[in-house]
Amino acid sequence: METSVATPPVSSPPPQPGPPGPPRPADGRRSAAWRFSDKAGLVVCWGMGLLFCAIAVAIVMYFLIKGLGYVRPWMFVTPASTGFTQSQTGGFSDALIGTGIVAVIGIAIALPLGVAIAVWLSEFGRPAGLARLVESTIEAIAGTPSIVLALFGTIIFASPALGFLSRSTSGIVFGRSFFAAGAMLSLVALPLVVGSTREGLQAIPQHVREASYAVGKTKMATTRRILLPASRPQVATGAMLGLGRIIGDTAIIVVLLGATLNFDPVGGTPVLSYLKGTGTTLTNYVFQNAPTGELNNPEKAYAAAFVLLVIVLILNAAVDVIHRRARKVGTWTT
Amino acid sequence: MDHVTPPPPVRRLDPHEPFGASEAPATTYGNEAVATESSTFARHRRAAPSQLSIDRMQVESLSVAYSGKPAVKSVSLPIRQGEVLALIGPSGCGKTTLLRSLNRLTELTRTASFDGRVTLDGMDIMGMEPTALRRRVTMVFQQPNPFPMSIFDNLAYVLREQGSRRGRKSTLAPAVRSGLERAGLWAEVGDNLKHPALKLSGGQQQRLCIARALVAQPEVLLLDEPCSALDPQSTQVIEDLIVKLREEVAVVIVTHNLQQAYRVADYVGFMYLGDLVEYGSATSVFNSPREERTKEYVSGAFG
Repeated sequence: METSVATPPVSSPPPQPGPPGPPRPADGRRSAAWRFSDKAGLVVCWGMGLLFCAIAVAIVMYFLIKGLGYVRPWMFVTPASTGFTQSQTGGFSDALIGTGIVAVIGIAIALPLGVAIAVWLSEFGRPAGLARLVESTIEAIAGTPSIVLALFGTIIFASPALGFLSRSTSGIVFGRSFFAAGAMLSLVALPLVVGSTREGLQAIPQHVREASYAVGKTKMATTRRILLPASRPQVATGAMLGLGRIIGDTAIIVVLLGATLNFDPVGGTPVLSYLKGTGTTLTNYVFQNAPTGELNNPEKAYAAAFVLLVIVLILNAAVDVIHRRARKVGTWTT
Repeated sequence: MDHVTPPPPVRRLDPHEPFGASEAPATTYGNEAVATESSTFARHRRAAPSQLSIDRMQVESLSVAYSGKPAVKSVSLPIRQGEVLALIGPSGCGKTTLLRSLNRLTELTRTASFDGRVTLDGMDIMGMEPTALRRRVTMVFQQPNPFPMSIFDNLAYVLREQGSRRGRKSTLAPAVRSGLERAGLWAEVGDNLKHPALKLSGGQQQRLCIARALVAQPEVLLLDEPCSALDPQSTQVIEDLIVKLREEVAVVIVTHNLQQAYRVADYVGFMYLGDLVEYGSATSVFNSPREERTKEYVSGAFG
């Protein structure tokens, strides 16, 4: 998320006694005239900023170097297999594809739902009581640990009514599948999509809406053709952040995707069989292969973690690109 | 409404001198009474309804209140095509509320309540679909607010049915062109209609907003302090445009800027605390106001 670095309050410089010299620039940059506490504050802010940069750089560099040492091209196309040594345990192709599948399912649910909720909250929001309720519900979901969501998912998706979404044997619903994991993961992404979209909608000045009404457009047409296109960068940002959360989530995958390292399709339908079956993602792969995990293949864990990190960094870069593009279109004066 | 410092007058005018002190008496040309003045501005002003004037709207004892607090009190005035009506008055006097009542934009404020009658070509606007009314009575706002799309799409959006994308570019192009021409923008942007509208200069953006308001073929054009965010040069371009447009549409302009009202208006309504204190031809309101309040306001005593 965004971390804003607080700038120290600029104290008004004391009146300058003495002979009139050349006028000094009164732009607040003369730190010599600052109070001690302000100077200290500035130093702390700088220090914290640099510290965070250092931590981020350390994490990224460590995994890039360590991961690059272990990652091999064949790992991308080889599924995991059982073996006694690390060279026999295969790659993470199933995990990589699985990550893609949960990301697609999760965002396919969270994006339309989140945008719709945001539009309703920001543009309609009546009755006010219901709007407040929806708002706090979203906040509650955002604050719920994903392991709790996962546990809840096992109850939901094990119900007979939802048996068509996972494996079921003689009436007993297993409740673990890509559908189940994707659906619960969409809840993880939803608050981010809602929040970001609302931010975008609320940044549009009221007179822009009125300008559209004033040429005879309805609220619906205005929302579809003016407001949503205008907040497209924020919608995209929300989707990217949501994707990052989905891809990075482990708890839901471990609980709802079967804790395996391979695809385990159900039935014979080409695509559906995989979605109904269990599988794995990169996070689960790292979790299982980590030194404390069940399999303990640290080299594979580092390699997969490296790939995961690269994906998330690409998503972050995409957010940056979207914002830079949005700046080119220009915005209104308020 | 925040008070905006009026831009420096672009043409010679001393606001503290009584208006038209050096003016010659009005001379009548044919059926039009035109105020002749020694200065170069306001020469176009019409002091009486021209033969070409068409009654477009009639405001009949209109009152508007926000949660019971009156903002406009029983105002009656005519709005005619062929002349520019300026609504003047200090901040919070209800002139913008009056303007926004003409296309029922005040309805968007939940607390607003209305009384009285407004007709457009003889029909009560309360009996019309708001969307249909707002296509016939379009509006330009204080801040330039083009939509975040290309110049062409800004106008095409108005021409298309609600949220539809239908309507080929080629079929819409003539209407878009004529809209831009009427707003005096075609010469500047005609060769690059794909340019993002928000990247135009402020004055061009505002003229695009006028083009957008005109492309719906309205009978009445409402302008809510259209120049308050613009530099003097753009202001002059838009004022010239307003005077030109009065032949095609009835123009109502709300302005804080007395000089501007003096330059563009044929008729002036002076509002104070929700009342329409005085309504009359610009020449009479500025030169020989009947009411004491008007006299004080136009001579710069308050406001």
